[in-house]
Amino acid sequence: MADETNTGLQSALRRRLLMGLAGAPALALLPRQAFAAGPPTAMVNTSGLAVTDTEVTVGILHSATGTMAISETGSIQAEKLAIEEINAAGGVLGRKIKIIQEDGASDWPTFAEKAKKLLVNDHCAAVMGCWTSASRKAALPVFEQYNGLLYYPTFYEGLEQSKNVIYTGQEATQQILASLNWVAKEKGAKTFFFIGSDYIWPRTSNKIARKHIENVLKTKVVGEEYFPLGHTQFNSVINKLKLTKPDVIFTDVVGGSNVAFYKQLKAAGIDLSKQTLLTISVTEDEIDGIGGENIAGAYSCMKYFQSLKNPNNEKFVAAFKKMWGEKTVIGDVTQAAYLGPYLWKMTCEKANSFDVDKLAVASADIEFKEAPEGYVKIHPNHHLWSKTRVARALPSGQFEVVYESPDLIEPNPFPKGYQ
Amino acid sequence: MFGDYSLADLSAIFAMQGFAGLILFSVYLLMALGLAIIFGQMGVINMAHGEFMILGAYVTYLCSTFFQTYLPGLFAAYFFVAMALAFLASGALGMLVEWSLIRHLYKRPLDTLLATWGLSLILQQTYRTVFGAREVGVELPSWLIGSVQVTDTIEVPINGIFVMAVTTLITLGVAALMYRSRFGAQVRAVVQNRAMAGAVGIDTEKVDRLTFGLGCGIAGIAGSAFTMVGSTGPTSGQLYIVDTFLIVVFGGAASLLGTIASAFSISQTQSTLEFFLSGSTAKVITLLAVVGILMLRPQGLFTLKVRR
Amino acid sequence: MEHTPMAHRPAAVAAGVHDNPFMKPMEWVSLALLAAVILVVLPILLDAFRLNLVGKYLTYAFVALGLVICWGFGGILSLGQGCFFGLGGYCMAMYLKLEASSVENTKIQSTPGIPDFMDWNQITELPWIWKPFQSLPLTLFLVVALPAFFAFVIGTAMFRRRVGGTYFAIITQAIAAILTILIVGQQGYTGGINGITDLRTLNGWDIRTDSAHNILYFVNGGLLIGCILFAQYVKKSKLGRILVAMRDKEDRVRFSGYQVASFKTFAFCMAAVFAAIGGAMFTLQVGFMSPSFVGIVPSIEMVIYAAVGGRLSLFGAVWGTLLVNWAKTSFSESFPELWLFGLGALFIAVVLAFPNGLAGIYRTYVEPRLTRKVKALAPAEARALPHGTPAE
Repeated sequence: MADETNTGLQSALRRRLLMGLAGAPALALLPRQAFAAGPPTAMVNTSGLAVTDTEVTVGILHSATGTMAISETGSIQAEKLAIEEINAAGGVLGRKIKIIQEDGASDWPTFAEKAKKLLVNDHCAAVMGCWTSASRKAALPVFEQYNGLLYYPTFYEGLEQSKNVIYTGQEATQQILASLNWVAKEKGAKTFFFIGSDYIWPRTSNKIARKHIENVLKTKVVGEEYFPLGHTQFNSVINKLKLTKPDVIFTDVVGGSNVAFYKQLKAAGIDLSKQTLLTISVTEDEIDGIGGENIAGAYSCMKYFQSLKNPNNEKFVAAFKKMWGEKTVIGDVTQAAYLGPYLWKMTCEKANSFDVDKLAVASADIEFKEAPEGYVKIHPNHHLWSKTRVARALPSGQFEVVYESPDLIEPNPFPKGYQ
Repeated sequence: MFGDYSLADLSAIFAMQGFAGLILFSVYLLMALGLAIIFGQMGVINMAHGEFMILGAYVTYLCSTFFQTYLPGLFAAYFFVAMALAFLASGALGMLVEWSLIRHLYKRPLDTLLATWGLSLILQQTYRTVFGAREVGVELPSWLIGSVQVTDTIEVPINGIFVMAVTTLITLGVAALMYRSRFGAQVRAVVQNRAMAGAVGIDTEKVDRLTFGLGCGIAGIAGSAFTMVGSTGPTSGQLYIVDTFLIVVFGGAASLLGTIASAFSISQTQSTLEFFLSGSTAKVITLLAVVGILMLRPQGLFTLKVRR
Repeated sequence: MEHTPMAHRPAAVAAGVHDNPFMKPMEWVSLALLAAVILVVLPILLDAFRLNLVGKYLTYAFVALGLVICWGFGGILSLGQGCFFGLGGYCMAMYLKLEASSVENTKIQSTPGIPDFMDWNQITELPWIWKPFQSLPLTLFLVVALPAFFAFVIGTAMFRRRVGGTYFAIITQAIAAILTILIVGQQGYTGGINGITDLRTLNGWDIRTDSAHNILYFVNGGLLIGCILFAQYVKKSKLGRILVAMRDKEDRVRFSGYQVASFKTFAFCMAAVFAAIGGAMFTLQVGFMSPSFVGIVPSIEMVIYAAVGGRLSLFGAVWGTLLVNWAKTSFSESFPELWLFGLGALFIAVVLAFPNGLAGIYRTYVEPRLTRKVKALAPAEARALPHGTPAE
């Protein structure tokens, strides 16, 4: 027993040390000549950004501490990986990317504060960051006021569009509608039961789902339940599920509640291989805590799964594991975070400038063909065109993709008829 | 809302809902027992109670990985070992904390609150450094997964029954210890009159330390049992703290019976409301009712009449 | 009943009734020092960004100040001060949000003229609870009145029934939890977990600019000093002395014929009002309000500010708040992992080793020497310092 504690402790410590150190020396070791001379600084930077002849500064703003650190660590890792790869391949406009990382500490005003620091003190050319809607809502006025550029990785509720933000995750309609169509067609689903955590993203997502179910699919929602964040007792709602016997359980429960919910669902004898459960809040990251055997058989709809079979993704997964360890898993948001630095690089190259005003315009129609999720393109509304996929959770904690939308789905943050 | 369902369906659901309430009751009681001893008997506000529970959960996690790697043959039985170890680990940490921190603060109950809150922050960060910020998944032996088919329509989760059994055993054990043993008599003597208890030859310091250790140990068992139904992460402990304190205060401090009654009434109210209303609303109404009743009857449901 | 260990009885008692100036010379010096640091030194030394940060910290100092009154002097520990901070902040935020949601700014919504989050939640008309916040004077009144009323109801209900000490702490904590769940759950009316964001102008004046931040900083500093003076007045008055007496021997005060509950309720209300003023200033300076300032964790953190400063010292509360927050910001910038260890250790150290916080250290080690030196250097000057108005 003592031995086990010891090794567990050591390896955990070692992993954390490695996580912290891995990025820095890799940057230092890069050969200098890798950076071809780019266009003159005066030309690419007319708005006082931190750009020199050899360097350009980019901020990373996520929670490394606090309750959200669980989720945001993956995003930090992906962004660092992408930036390192970009630097190894010659940087952006001949300039090496220098990272300034700030900790949002899971505290929304801290996000606003640090965003302001990154923009006002450090003059970052772009910031990769924020995770929860609340942190983005807090930081957004700062980005708009000081004309910064934020690449935001999380799938979110929509209802927002800004010149100063590029949303690299899906907005709600992209994520939900195609998968509802799939479940209606494939499983012949007629009745749905919604269970969510009580805050804006689940409520907005469920609202969109309800409108689609009632108006487009012409089927029925038989229940809709919300629980406070951190709630851990779901036996009563599980009984309601048994009473109403919905064809599909549609869930957007987050955080610790997620773990409790699936454990209790399984314990109550609801067999997910027979009962269809569609979730929009479980990625590979979450399964780590839930335990693969507790959620096996559930369907998740996301735009990315680690198990996607394409050469881009195989390369990405290998590089990610090489940098952060074999055991790390990659979820949807982690992949979306990886897109940010690349999209920014390509936009800079298209505009031949680091100036935010020019990038905001040039972002439209930027294509990234090497994206792990496949091909993506930035829409003029600053969201991404992307495919939606439905995948079944396996006991191993990975997903098996069972459906992929045939075409890229247009982002529609203000969906008419769904509000 | 029940118009569409058959009578058999409804009765089955009410039976299962009754079980759901009982399971919630067991969970609440198990959470509160340790605190009822520490807060109720000793008057110490232990804000780190949740973290002691999570220590138990992490011990269970370590046990499960250990058995999986080295003793896969005995995996089915690991949970009992884990619970015993969880009790010992949390209890030992509790005694250490009592010795280094709490014993200096017996005359200042509000200050124990601050100090133990500080302790909880330190423990949380320790868990995060050692186990990582992510939640860990504790694998259960297969016999604890699934449900018992009572009739065609009534199913009861096995881990729920297991939690109920554990709670019953621990409650009976605590009751026996407090009211039928020499140690219990000493604890109660110290609670009622510390100076006099010391004068008749009770080693009050030792009794304090053991009592605190016992309370923390029970928290460890609770944490271990909750790996079956809840999540295990560095900050999971905070999810329990408000509920736990309310149960103990509502029951009336220093009364084991009160704690049981209070856990029962709160869990039944919440589980019934949850069935008829939405989860969030049920929680708010339950908490409001408890606070409202406490305002009218601040001493809680049951009180020990002690001359102070 | 709780016995706060005190190395020395508070000055008010020691000084007795005979010689009871509003503030002793050393206290005037402390006040002058604090005012000089807040209003002169920090604005000169810090850039606009850091100054805005300090402004934010100082809003927490209002809460700490209130806690000194109700916890330090009154012996009532509230773990729900976040509620009042939040109420004040939300009142102000509601006014600012309504102003930011003019019909013109919100014309893309399906119902223009209401806050954006209401529109997303299919609310088509301004709810009645928002109506009063269309007027600035009414808002300012509610910032103070609403928390006071709320505290009055809680206080009366609990103190009448002699709920004291630990029970009160736990119940206020539960109230903080309930309020958070309510705010998060009623997102159509409150903005939910995102809070009320994107606040722009106060009666037409843009609060997001650096100059506005500067002005708000000074307003905040001025209000804080005003609150300190008012608290000092209360402390020196008969009411303050009864509070202290109650904390130490509640029964004797009750038997002497005083309505203990009313005095406690007053102290609690006063703490609530201070917290609410802090909350409103917070909203103005930071530009948004969210439920993360209402819950249990921020409420307890605010207690530690007062504890670090010294629960018996008004000035200490402000210094404590500044110190802890400064440490938090600088630690979490350089060693984010260590911060929680540091904060935890601080809690324990303050309780175990320095129960009277910074002020206690100052009073034991610094003040005696300082007084000696001041007396030796300029005996005449010390006497010439204004004695102020005696209490009552």
